[in-house]
Amino acid sequence: MEFFRCLGAGTRASFTKLGRASFFLISILAGISSVLVRPRLLLKQLHSVGVLSFLIITISGLFVGMVLGLQGYYILSRFGAEETLGVMVAASLVRELGPVVAALLFAGRAGSALTAEIGLMKATEQLSGMEMMAIDPIKRIISPRFLAGFLSMPLLAALFSAVGIIGGQIVGSGLLGVDDGAYWSQMRANLDFQDDIINGVIKSIVFGFVTSWIALFEGYDAIPTAEGVSRATTRTVVNSAFSILGLDFILTALMFGDN
Amino acid sequence: MDNLNPTQNSLVSVHNLTFSRGEKKIFDDISLEFERGKITAIMGPSGTGKTTLLKIIGGQLCPEKGYVTVNGRNVHHLKRDELYTLRKRMGMLFQSGALLTDMTVFDNVAYPVREHTHLPESMVRSLVLMKLEAVGLRGARDLMPNELSGGMARRVALARAIALDPMMIMYDEPFTGQDPISMGALVHLIKSLNTTLGLTSIIVSHDVQETAAIADYIYVLAGGKVVGQGTPQEIQQSSSEWVQQFMNGTADGPVHFHYPAKEYMDDLLHSEKSFKPLFTRQRPPSDRNTKRKRYS
Repeated sequence: MEFFRCLGAGTRASFTKLGRASFFLISILAGISSVLVRPRLLLKQLHSVGVLSFLIITISGLFVGMVLGLQGYYILSRFGAEETLGVMVAASLVRELGPVVAALLFAGRAGSALTAEIGLMKATEQLSGMEMMAIDPIKRIISPRFLAGFLSMPLLAALFSAVGIIGGQIVGSGLLGVDDGAYWSQMRANLDFQDDIINGVIKSIVFGFVTSWIALFEGYDAIPTAEGVSRATTRTVVNSAFSILGLDFILTALMFGDN
Repeated sequence: MDNLNPTQNSLVSVHNLTFSRGEKKIFDDISLEFERGKITAIMGPSGTGKTTLLKIIGGQLCPEKGYVTVNGRNVHHLKRDELYTLRKRMGMLFQSGALLTDMTVFDNVAYPVREHTHLPESMVRSLVLMKLEAVGLRGARDLMPNELSGGMARRVALARAIALDPMMIMYDEPFTGQDPISMGALVHLIKSLNTTLGLTSIIVSHDVQETAAIADYIYVLAGGKVVGQGTPQEIQQSSSEWVQQFMNGTADGPVHFHYPAKEYMDDLLHSEKSFKPLFTRQRPPSDRNTKRKRYS
C-alpha cells in the first residue's frame, strides 16, 4: 500500500513540475520580444554561454575526430576501403556525434553554470529584488539567457563537427596515409546537404532549446539554499543528458528511419 | 491632517489577514495600519513571518483571507502591469541588500532609473550621484557589490530603493548583523530620509533599542497575532507578558525557550530503548548477551 502511495505521490509531483516548467517556458517565450529590443543583454549572454564554450567544444571535437579517424581506418582498411574514411568521419560527426556530444558538453559547461547563477540569484533575493523594482526578472534575466543558449547550440555543434572532420583528416591522411584528395572528395560526393547536414542542424536546435529550458527552469525552481542550488545543478546535467539522448533516438528514428 | 481618523490617513492597510505555510498558520486574522509620513515598526521574535508580511504587502505572496490596500488600491486585485506601476512607487530594502552582483554600485543604483525612464545618461548620472550622496557612498560608485561591507551594501540598496522617489519604503531587518557604527549610520539615515523625503516607512525588525528610537508606532507580533501596539512609550509600559518578554529579552516567558518536546526525564530514560533493536538486529545471537550487558 505504501508503495502505491509513493508511486502516486511521485507521479503527481513530476507532472506538477512538468506543468510549472511549461508555464515557465511560455513566459520565457513571451519575454523574447523584449530581449530583441535590448540586444546588449543578448550579446552579453551570447558571450558567456556561447563564446566561452568555444575552447571545450574545439578541443573535444578535435579529439573525437581523431579517434574516429583512427578507429575508422582500422576497420575500413580491412575491406580495402580507406578512401571512404572521410565519409565515415563526416557522416558520424554531422549526423550524430556533433549535435549529441556538443549538447552534452554544453549542458555540462553552460547549463550547469546557468542553473547555479539563477539559483544563487534567487537565494540572494536578487530576483525578488528585481520584482520589487517592478522589473520582470523573466524578461531581463531568463529570456536573454534562453535565447543565447538556443542560438549558440547549433553553432557550437557545427564547430564541433568541423573541427572533428579536420581531426579525422590529421590522423587519416597525415599519420595513416589515406589519400588527402580521396578523404575530401569522397566526403563531398557522399554527404547529402538535406539529409545529413540539415538534419544534424535540426537536432542541435532541438537540443539547444531543451538544454537551455531545463537549465533555466531548474535554477528558477531551485530551493534557495546552498544544498538546493547544488541539487538543482546536478539535476540540470542529469536531466539534460537523458533528454538529449532520448530525443536523439526519437529524432534519428523520424529522420533516418525510412532509409 | 493630524486629527484625521487613522484609517483614512494610512497609506497601507492590512485587513483581517490570514496566511499559512503548509499546516502552520503564520498570520491569524491580523489588521494593521501604516500612517502616511510616519515610521511604523513591526517587531516580533524570529519566525513570526515579519518578512512574509512585507512580501504580502508588495504583492509577491497572496493572502488566504483578508486584503491589503496600498494607497487605496487592493494589491492582490491589481492586474500585472498595474501592480508593477504601483511597485515603482514602493521601495524595498532586502535583508541581504539584493544588489545585482554583476554590476558596479553606480549601475546598481542606476538600474531602476534606466529601466523605467528614458532620461538622458547625463541626467541619470546626476540622479544616481545625488542618491549615493544621500547615503554617503558617492565615493564608492565604482566598486563591485562583493567589495562592499554588509553595512555599505545595505546603504547602496537603500540608495537604489529611493532612486525612483517612492512614496514608501519597506525595510526588512535593516539592523541585523551590523556593527554599532553602521547600525548608528543606518538608524540616522532611515530617520532623515523619512523626514526629508516625506516617505512612509515600514520597518521589520527585532532590534528593540534601535527601532524604538526612531519608530512613531510599533506593532508587536507573536504567534500569528498582534500582541501589542502603540507608540514606543506605550509599548515599553505595556502590561502584556508577551510584549514585556520581547522588549526586555527574557529567555523564558509566553514564548518558551524550549521547542515543544515530551517530558525531559521520559526522553532521557527511554532513549536506550530506541537503540536496542538496532543492536539485536545487527549482532549475531552469540554476541548479543555480552553487548547488552555493556549498554544496560
